Amino acid sequence: MSAPEPVFEAPWHAQAFALAVHLNAEGVFDWREWTQCFGAVLQEHGVSRELNGGDDYFLAWITALERICAQKQVADAGALAELKAGWERAYLATPHGHPVHLNAGEVKVG
Amino acid sequence: MPHDHHDHDHPHTLLPPDPALRVKALETLLERKGLLDPAALDEIIETYANKIGPQNGAAVVARAWADEDFHRALLTDATAAVSEMGFYGRQGEHMVAVENTDDTHNVVVCTLCSCYPWPLLGIPPGWYKSDAYRARVVREPRKVLAEFGLTLPEGKKVRVWDSTAEIRYLVVPQRPAGSEGLSQEDLAKLVTRESMIGTGLAKEQGA
Repeated sequence: MSAPEPVFEAPWHAQAFALAVHLNAEGVFDWREWTQCFGAVLQEHGVSRELNGGDDYFLAWITALERICAQKQVADAGALAELKAGWERAYLATPHGHPVHLNAGEVKVG
Repeated sequence: MPHDHHDHDHPHTLLPPDPALRVKALETLLERKGLLDPAALDEIIETYANKIGPQNGAAVVARAWADEDFHRALLTDATAAVSEMGFYGRQGEHMVAVENTDDTHNVVVCTLCSCYPWPLLGIPPGWYKSDAYRARVVREPRKVLAEFGLTLPEGKKVRVWDSTAEIRYLVVPQRPAGSEGLSQEDLAKLVTRESMIGTGLAKEQGA
């Protein structure tokens, strides 16, 4: 018997998936709104190239999450970009093998 | 002397891929706003990675094959019938079972995105989510099924069901010949994920 294929191919696929399920359960959006938003993003992404249902699919999933969170005014694009840059700095500033904390990437102002 | 010096090549922690950082940023922001409980996220992942999968749907199909009352209940109101077996929850609010017969083969798609009966089948496989499958199975189902290795007899009708956020379909495959007398547990082993989406058939005993 062959080993079962993994349900999620990458940890971030699982994280993104769970985030949508959780926000739906918390009432941030209903599932119909989600499928419409996600369906629209898939269509936009599919215009220029054929999506393969793997990384492509979850990239569209994340774009849809960012979009619906902006629409619902729970996360704006500027704040997300800042946090992403902060995490990037935190990873680069943390020695290998140590847990990464966001404050390791804080920009010291003044 | 062989040494693994891999770690020493990276003085700092490896940067995760860009989309992983976007997810982290979202998580951080939502957590700060009190909209996110990281433990709840872990629980969702754990559930979908390990507890929910096609084995649930297979148990339902095997029971329908073996138990005429359940079979009738499943085709009448699938949501109620499978809920009674404990298979309900997110994305399974309204499930409909469609049965393959000698005359008709059923196959399921979601042309909008990837709606799927999670409580019964878990997370959809990559091909179910691909543009190629979503666009083509509606247009040329026989050809797509043939690419899955499933060639249907000329006279057999193919029905394609488009899942939505409201309705998710489960295909009940035909019970394979030679499976008489098997226990429900052994019957369930013949029921593949593909057979419950309609891109395959149930396995023959010993195949």
